Amino acid sequence: MVAVAAPRQLPRLLHRYKQALIIGGIVLAWLVLWLLFRNIGTLPLDASALTPLHRWINDINDAVGASRNSNPVFLYFFNEIRLVIDEFVTFVQALIAQPSFGRPVPVIGWLGVVGIAGFVSLAVAGWRVALLTIAGFVFLGLQGLWQESMDTLSLTLAAVVISLLFGIPLGIWAGLSDRANRVMTPVLDFMQTMPTFVYLAPLTLFFLIGPASATIATLIYAAPPAIRITAHAIRSVPRNTVEASESLGATRQQTLVKVLLPSARKTIVLGVNQTIMAALSMVTIAALIDAPGLGKTVVKALQTLDVGTAFNAGLAIVVLAIVLDRVTTAATERRKLPRWAFFGGLGVTGVLVYLSYTYLWAAEFQSDVEIGSSIRQGATAVTEWAQDSLPLITGGFKDFVTFVLINPLQALLAESPWFLVALVIVALSFLIGGVRAAVVSAVCLGLLVATGLWQDSMITLASTLVATIMVMVLGIVVGVWMGRSKRADRFIRPVLDAGQVMPAFVYLVPFLALFSASRFTAIIAAVVFAAPVAIKIIADGIRAVSPTTVEASTALGSSSWQTIVKVQLPMARGALTLAANQGLIYVLSMVVVGGLVGAGALGYDVVAGFSQGQLYGKGLAAGVAIVVLGVMLDRLTQAAAKRWTN
Amino acid sequence: MARHNVLGAVLVGALALSGCSGAKVGDSSSGATGDCGTFNLAVNPWVGYEANAAVLAYVAEKELKCKVTKKELKEEVAWQGFGTGEVDAVVENWGHDDLRKKYIDEQKTAVSAGSTGVKGQIGWYVPPWLAKEHPDILDWNNLNKYADKFKTSESGDKGQLLDGDPSFVTNDEALVKNLNLNYKVVYGGSETALIQAFRQAEKDKKWVIGYFYSPQWLLNEIKLEKVKLPEYKAGCDADAEKVACDYPDYDLDKIVSKKFADANGPAFQLVKNFKWTNEDQNTVAKYIAEDKMKPEDAAKKWVDANADKVKAWTAKA
Repeated sequence: MVAVAAPRQLPRLLHRYKQALIIGGIVLAWLVLWLLFRNIGTLPLDASALTPLHRWINDINDAVGASRNSNPVFLYFFNEIRLVIDEFVTFVQALIAQPSFGRPVPVIGWLGVVGIAGFVSLAVAGWRVALLTIAGFVFLGLQGLWQESMDTLSLTLAAVVISLLFGIPLGIWAGLSDRANRVMTPVLDFMQTMPTFVYLAPLTLFFLIGPASATIATLIYAAPPAIRITAHAIRSVPRNTVEASESLGATRQQTLVKVLLPSARKTIVLGVNQTIMAALSMVTIAALIDAPGLGKTVVKALQTLDVGTAFNAGLAIVVLAIVLDRVTTAATERRKLPRWAFFGGLGVTGVLVYLSYTYLWAAEFQSDVEIGSSIRQGATAVTEWAQDSLPLITGGFKDFVTFVLINPLQALLAESPWFLVALVIVALSFLIGGVRAAVVSAVCLGLLVATGLWQDSMITLASTLVATIMVMVLGIVVGVWMGRSKRADRFIRPVLDAGQVMPAFVYLVPFLALFSASRFTAIIAAVVFAAPVAIKIIADGIRAVSPTTVEASTALGSSSWQTIVKVQLPMARGALTLAANQGLIYVLSMVVVGGLVGAGALGYDVVAGFSQGQLYGKGLAAGVAIVVLGVMLDRLTQAAAKRWTN
Repeated sequence: MARHNVLGAVLVGALALSGCSGAKVGDSSSGATGDCGTFNLAVNPWVGYEANAAVLAYVAEKELKCKVTKKELKEEVAWQGFGTGEVDAVVENWGHDDLRKKYIDEQKTAVSAGSTGVKGQIGWYVPPWLAKEHPDILDWNNLNKYADKFKTSESGDKGQLLDGDPSFVTNDEALVKNLNLNYKVVYGGSETALIQAFRQAEKDKKWVIGYFYSPQWLLNEIKLEKVKLPEYKAGCDADAEKVACDYPDYDLDKIVSKKFADANGPAFQLVKNFKWTNEDQNTVAKYIAEDKMKPEDAAKKWVDANADKVKAWTAKA
């Protein structure tokens, strides 16, 4: 195979070589011009300075606020939506979380909830997962966080149910119609990369303070994966299956219900899974507008830098995430429970629910045996040890990376004249993705200039690139390891899940001690959040390389290293590019968190806009700048991926 | 057959369990509500505020029999709540002239309910070890002398002035420029970042200068020293670009919704009459932050020890 393909690849190789030369030339020219025009036309803006655009947004925001009580759109449209969602969430809370219907406890106590969760897991995911679920839920109680966990679960379930109610039909539509897909994609990009801080305050203006606002904030971030993955699932049903169905005379609707949806089922469940994960990652942010549950515990503990308490609550979120993830993942495989087990389980669950409705011991989790305080003390001790003994080494490492990598890149991007950077990026886009990519980049760069935050955008871009490089290095090293060893996978995966849903500030407190308030700390935070996604994607890609190919390579006497570099990685390049793309997007979604630990630039602009009325417009503009950066980088990496994988 | 036995055994076991054990839900009745009604109290996210709110909520619940709903919100969102009718009171407000203008003067949905008695200060602080070893650092005129020592990876060849919490107005960039200081303002971005920086500075004798404020629970643990800036005179901070003077002292006050004030219920009277001192607040804040007491327990402890002060707040109600 290789021998046959070689001659055909030669012209392509030559072409690539030429292109590398051109790219090298562009970068070299950039460096020279940078030396000449350094610090000219960099479009800086002081932290407290505003542009007319920012003031204009402020005025609109004020006007909307002032007209709230008289505007019919508020009275009859938003209020109705709010009422429905409020009722729904409050109902779920009344069932499992909050004292309700004149009772001092919820309708279903802990024992009943454990029973129901166990039974549902048993029915959709099998014995092993059911045991995990029961253990997980009991663990929440032992942590001393039963009620908080149930509040979080209620809100998450409500947000997920509403997301799916709208997400799956929209996803099917986008899967069937190219036009719908084209319209929806940018909207979804917007929903996923626009920092929550930007719309948190306006949301409470539209939907008031309470469960409705928290649910809507969550579902704005959580619904896009369901829509995207459903559309993707519908699209990837093989063409000939659909054609076969149509040639047999099936109507469109029959094809959809009988052919498309069943074949796409497995992938759609994956979308449900991603939606749940995304919803759980919003728990802490929603707490800033009074969302009940574990997020509040985290936020409150961090006011006094009580890492132990914050970690305990963060761990509960992780436990919930792992349980929900394993249940939904296992649910992708159809299984049939024996009838006796089904009805037996149903009976036991009924009894448990009855007990938990009637008796206090089954309603409220007894706190005699509890492990929460040991977890708190353990986390505090570990944090203190790390803060006392490591800063000398870690501080040196931070300085090294800052001087070697971050500072030069930032100098090049943020201290060049804006038109020079824009020209370079458009030229590179053209080389990578042709005219289309060049136009997209040009429009995005124009929008960045229009936000008035060019220099801040470039500083953020520099940090984003450094973080993405680190994510990819980690992704390849750990991903290959996990892809080649089942055992490594089993041990590392829960750690990755934790990295994705543990509220960032829990680990940022010790990180601040290790690396001070700096751009590097922000980068590390982004890496902790983004690397798990990249690692998982690469591991799956490596595992998908056909075993016979790998065996053949080993049989030919290749060492492990050669097999990885020559066979597995090249064959998994689709996964590698997807990992780079998703890594970038996830890094960008941490820009705001970075702003809280010393990254400055766009992240700080957004945070400040959320906290100070007169900076609101600037915060919104910074949010838009982050979205624009995201769209530009996303389209560029996708274009590069297309070119590389073809 | 076997499966029926399993089912039966489970059911019998469960019935046996329920027959012999435990108190039933609803056995004990609790809670009585007086004529006070519901009191929606915003809780902004810092410990000093929490102390005010805890004590007010405790008194309102125990003495006035109100149903207190605490809502944990950032300042902006809390003020917005006056207009939407979801927040009755904010009980520690730091200036926020922009919010006053918007909600008190323009939308007329909020009114001031007087001072809390607590005095707030904003400024530049250094860790105690530094103030002790180099006492002259506490005068801004000498700051340039030490600029080199404050260099970090973030400040390039200048000294780093660590700014923090984006919730508060800062004039630091203008101050550095107008006082010709060889410093760069680095935005830590959160109170957490500031506290960690000062804690480490004191422990490892590192050079840190940054924006901070009092009252703040950290000052119970580490006595940060304030650097003297050119004295504040009324109006010297009128033009944000040209500020070259210290921050004003803040008289921290209470803001309530217009509706709540007009209704003039017992909860409003309590909020209006509530007044204590920095020392009182620090005591309760210490209970919460250092002794890790629950806010209601901390409030109870203070109220029990200060019955006379509490009486003054509720006397006129």
